[in-house]
Amino acid sequence: MSKPPENSPISFFLNGSPLSLSVAPGRRVVDLLREDLHLTGTKEGCGTGECGACTLLVDGFPMLSCLMLAAQLEGRNIETVESLEKDPVGEKLITSFEEKGAVQCGYCIPGMEMTALALLRNHPEADREDIRKSLSGNLCRCTGYVKILDAVEDTAKKLTAPKEMP
Amino acid sequence: MNPVLFPRTEEMLLSMVKAYPEARFMAGGTDLLVALRQKQKALPPLIGLERMEGMGDILREGDEISIGAACTLKEVASHPLTRQHLPLLCQGADSVGGPALRNMATLGGNLCTASPAGDTLPALFLLEARPELLSEKGLRTLSMEAFITGPGRTALLPGELLHRIRIPIPPNAPIQHFEKVGNRNAMAIAVASLAALIRMEQGLVTQARLAWGSVGPKVIRSSEAEAALMGKPLREESLKEAAFYAQKAVQPISDIRASADYRKKVSASLLQRLILYRDSDDKGERS
Ligand SMILES: Cc1cc2nc3c(=O)[nH]c(=O)nc-3n(C[C@H](O)[C@H](O)[C@H](O)COP(=O)(O)OP(=O)(O)OC[C@H]3O[C@@H](n4cnc5c(N)ncnc54)[C@H](O)[C@@H]3O)c2cc1C
Ligand code: FES
Ligand code: FES
Repeated sequence: MSKPPENSPISFFLNGSPLSLSVAPGRRVVDLLREDLHLTGTKEGCGTGECGACTLLVDGFPMLSCLMLAAQLEGRNIETVESLEKDPVGEKLITSFEEKGAVQCGYCIPGMEMTALALLRNHPEADREDIRKSLSGNLCRCTGYVKILDAVEDTAKKLTAPKEMP
Repeated sequence: MNPVLFPRTEEMLLSMVKAYPEARFMAGGTDLLVALRQKQKALPPLIGLERMEGMGDILREGDEISIGAACTLKEVASHPLTRQHLPLLCQGADSVGGPALRNMATLGGNLCTASPAGDTLPALFLLEARPELLSEKGLRTLSMEAFITGPGRTALLPGELLHRIRIPIPPNAPIQHFEKVGNRNAMAIAVASLAALIRMEQGLVTQARLAWGSVGPKVIRSSEAEAALMGKPLREESLKEAAFYAQKAVQPISDIRASADYRKKVSASLLQRLILYRDSDDKGERS
């Protein structure tokens, strides 16, 4: 997409840091991130809300960046997959996805991980059924989902395991 | 480039409507942005509702639950007031799209889109919800029958806003059940859906309200099917009789998701499946 002429200033938090920039208010958030800010972790699959590849967290809630406009970000707290390794839950998710072999082509994984991050932050006790429900809007064309569920369940177990074994 | 505006008060909103008569309201944007993008033209001026005072809360007012039109479907499905009093609506809201979509999509947007497949509409019809509209002329309140005028069409006048949705609390907790059949569980538009509100006294049906979605230009009601259940226990025989009338009442079309014939059969089966929920106390979101 070419850049439209008239921009307006917006300020928001991106992965923990305050950011002010000038952007066309109707620019899609996924384009702002990938093309303007070069944060290409967030993927675009369908562009119409159906696949979940573009999921990021807005004030802690999973939302679809292909159906959000830049102007909506004003004052919000945005987290993308680029912040995952600095997050205590996110870091465990990365390890579990690797250990459980849950990644094939990887295109769906940022959306899967951000959705799982929001779930496990609020519900570290989530069981497999909770995880299935929460990931029900994220499509994967490679894995068949089983290993992705295994990975998220593994993180949940690590989060709820007693800290020190006797 | 057209502006994207976020009024916070009614006064600001009405002045923006005046300044940009060609503007569109945007709630969650999940219908609007997909539709505008298909046209591949520049966006019109947009008036976003997500920061409006008095449009994002759920309250009890006397014998009514009053829901701000900009409440997300997630909020509607999980709020203690709706879960306690309006489980039918919670079930409808919870079956729209997937979790991230429900964090964005609003109840007001589902209503204003007025799709025959809108998953909250059958519940809103049965619960006798009253949409409250706001314009510079003030407030007016309509019935659902008057608000939804056809597939994709509403009684909203240009520049008029759906402000709140007012729903009377149904007395003495009837069975409230919503079920949707789609091509898969999540992220699927309904092939057919049924909302049922049934009150039993001493084992006999004393009130039966039924509404089908996705099987006609608007939500379908059948007074014959409802009458077939009245005064009897909720058993296979009476449900079968009611299902016969249901098949006559629905007016489905064939499209890429399902044939009209299949939709007819599913409409009847959804009704007969009520036997499974007869004794369960369905209370809202199932997660
Ligand atoms: C992938 C995907 C899956 C979906 N699955 C389902 C599904 O399973 N079931 C279902 O029912 N729907 C589904 N939808 C459709 C859509 O998400 C819902 O209809 C949703 O409730 C729309 O709400 P919104 O807030 O996003 O509306 P918006 O897109 O913001 O608005 C929709 C329309 O209503 C107008 N509008 C919105 N709010 C107001 C208001 N308060 N006053 C006046 N006008 C207003 C807008 O101008 C626009 O014309 C799906 C959509 C997508 C993209
Ligand atoms: S790219 Fe946003 S949901 Fe598919
Ligand atoms: S790993 Fe390829 S789409 Fe999920």
